[in-house]
Amino acid sequence: MVPLSHVLALSMILFVLGIAGFIFRRNVITIFMCIELMLNAVNLAFIGFARQLGQLDGQLYVFFVIVVAAAEAAVGLAIIIALYRNRESLSIDDLDSMRN
Amino acid sequence: MEYLLLLILIPPLLGAAANGILGRRFNQATVSAIACGAAGVSMVFALLLATWTFFHPTPPSDLVVHSYFTWIFVPGAAGLADFRADFALYYDHLTLVMTVTVTVVAFLIHLYSRGYMAHEGGYYRFFAYLNLFLFMMLTLVTAANYALMFVGWEGVGLCSYLLIGFYFLKKSASDAGKKAFVVTRIGDVGFTLGIALLFWTFGAVDFQTVFGKVSGLPAGESGDVLTAICLLLFLGAVGKSAQLPLYVWLPDAMEGPTPVSALIHAATMVTAGVYMVARSNVLFAHAPRALETVSTIGCLTAFFAATIAVCQNDLKRMLAYSTISQLGYMFVGCGVGIFAAGIFHLMTHAFFKSLLFLAAGSVMHGLSGELDMRKMGGLRHKMPTTHWTFLVATLAISGVPLLSGFFSKDQILAGAFLGPLGKPWLYWLATLTAGLTAFYMFRGLFMTFWGESRVEEQVKHHVHESSSKMTTPLMWLAAFSVIAGYVGWPHPLEGLSHFLEPVFGKSDALLRAASPGEASGALGEKALMGFSLAAAAIGIALAWWLYLKSPEIPGRIAAKFRGVYQLLVRKYYVDEIYDAIFVQPIRVISDKVLWQGLDDGAIDGVMVNGTAGETMSVGGLLRRIQSGNLRSYAAWVLLGAVAWLGYVLFVR
Repeated sequence: MVPLSHVLALSMILFVLGIAGFIFRRNVITIFMCIELMLNAVNLAFIGFARQLGQLDGQLYVFFVIVVAAAEAAVGLAIIIALYRNRESLSIDDLDSMRN
Repeated sequence: MEYLLLLILIPPLLGAAANGILGRRFNQATVSAIACGAAGVSMVFALLLATWTFFHPTPPSDLVVHSYFTWIFVPGAAGLADFRADFALYYDHLTLVMTVTVTVVAFLIHLYSRGYMAHEGGYYRFFAYLNLFLFMMLTLVTAANYALMFVGWEGVGLCSYLLIGFYFLKKSASDAGKKAFVVTRIGDVGFTLGIALLFWTFGAVDFQTVFGKVSGLPAGESGDVLTAICLLLFLGAVGKSAQLPLYVWLPDAMEGPTPVSALIHAATMVTAGVYMVARSNVLFAHAPRALETVSTIGCLTAFFAATIAVCQNDLKRMLAYSTISQLGYMFVGCGVGIFAAGIFHLMTHAFFKSLLFLAAGSVMHGLSGELDMRKMGGLRHKMPTTHWTFLVATLAISGVPLLSGFFSKDQILAGAFLGPLGKPWLYWLATLTAGLTAFYMFRGLFMTFWGESRVEEQVKHHVHESSSKMTTPLMWLAAFSVIAGYVGWPHPLEGLSHFLEPVFGKSDALLRAASPGEASGALGEKALMGFSLAAAAIGIALAWWLYLKSPEIPGRIAAKFRGVYQLLVRKYYVDEIYDAIFVQPIRVISDKVLWQGLDDGAIDGVMVNGTAGETMSVGGLLRRIQSGNLRSYAAWVLLGAVAWLGYVLFVR
């Protein structure tokens, strides 16, 4: 049996990595991957709790999260493609027309 | 019958409204027809009412006071009585004298203005203001309570401002209008305080109630409150009637058209103060100390103004100072306890002074605007009617026997010596002033109409007598200046007093009982008359000698006594003194403190612009969050999430 604390620790590490990547990376697709990473980190936490408590609720939640993540990834990538076609750049610093 | 009184007031109001609102579209004939018609109707009604009174010596009580509608009513609270001021008119013999004088003089001046103002701009405006003035003045003299009287008081002040500043594009004229209004305002403060104190003491402001209550007070006791009330009311009179020290506006008021000077600043508005004192005779009779102040100020003013008039070279200014001086006489009359004498002089003065002004206007008209007497002379040949009417008025004002001025002035002088509150020094100073009056008036006459012509060349061939529109009123006024003294024949010196007995009787008796006068019996009435005649004769002779026989002498006297001469010509520098003490400090305060400091600095700077500036800086700071940089947005979201998480986990 893997102790819950290990699972949660891994989950936390993955989450923080995701945040760090989200804030510090410039490539839009990389930022998306980090978002997915954060979501999966949360999934891991859910699974860990579900196993610990012996309930199925956590696993059910994971399904929802996966579905939403997939949909969101699809839409997000579509937006990125549209943006790339307009601006020829995948750097997030170039998306600043909302400045001021 | 009670509506007849109201009918005297209404026509001028309607005339003013008609000319004021629609006058621009009327031609000159229509405008003057409306205005003179209104004034004429008023006069007719006033004369009708006067005639009726002669047949019914005791008017029914609801004619004496008739309230037409409730104007102000404030229920009393916490110990104060109800404040009630109705639109109520009061009619007694004093009102009769005033309404007849005012309407007759006003009507004649309206007629005169048709000719005088024909070539000036703003014809309809002038007549609208003139009618409005007449309405206000009539309200003042017929009001039955102090509040309504004050409405008329302020109304005539307003019309005076409008008419003095009639040529408002000329800076000196609009300045003069402002000066008149502001200076009389100072007096009005006193008047208002007096009314307030009156209400606080007696619980009412209408004449019947107040006079009834005051009559009930013990005689001779000069209660402090009553003295205060009387002095405050007199302060209003000092402003309005141009006495020391609030006379400074009247000479400047000569900037207005000459009919204005005649009507407002000779016959009517400036006499409002005298009327008010006479109307309040019951109050003043119970406050002898206030009466003494009245007579003192009146006498000093009379002398002071006469000394200035001696050296003035502008015809209208000289007449203005003469008015101030004569008003002083009226206050002397009231102040020594002979109110009827004051009113008598008011009446005769209205006729001859307005005549003097109108004649001066005629001269000005004939000389194309010249008013400097040094540039006149010998006009009696070219302007005969103007000359002899001016002569009649000059004789009247100098107190030459058989003319009206002699009777009224003599009554005052006699009263100054023998009256209940008479004092010898009042008599001697007033007699000296009478001599000065005769002197400067005849100086004016001789410089303007007699002697050699000093008229400028280009004006000389235009000199013409004025049209009959202007000279006819002059002749009527001249007639009145002669016969007005004979009211109540066969006792010319007593006639008006007898007529005004119901008004002043009790006060007279009261004052006589309380203080029989300091010098009774020392000099008889005949002797007093002799002195005043002598003073007038000396004055006239001196003027004849200095200005006709040896005209080079005044120049030499002026050169020899240069200091005194400068003092008098510059009017004792009073205007300059007032300017330094009052006007400049107020200007500096207005400029530096209130304008730059407060308005520019505090309100504009801090409150308006400051707030805007602060908002902009804060906005500038907050603006940096909206960088458009997605990564910083993400960072802020993270920060917010951490903060909230921390709060939820650790603080709660």
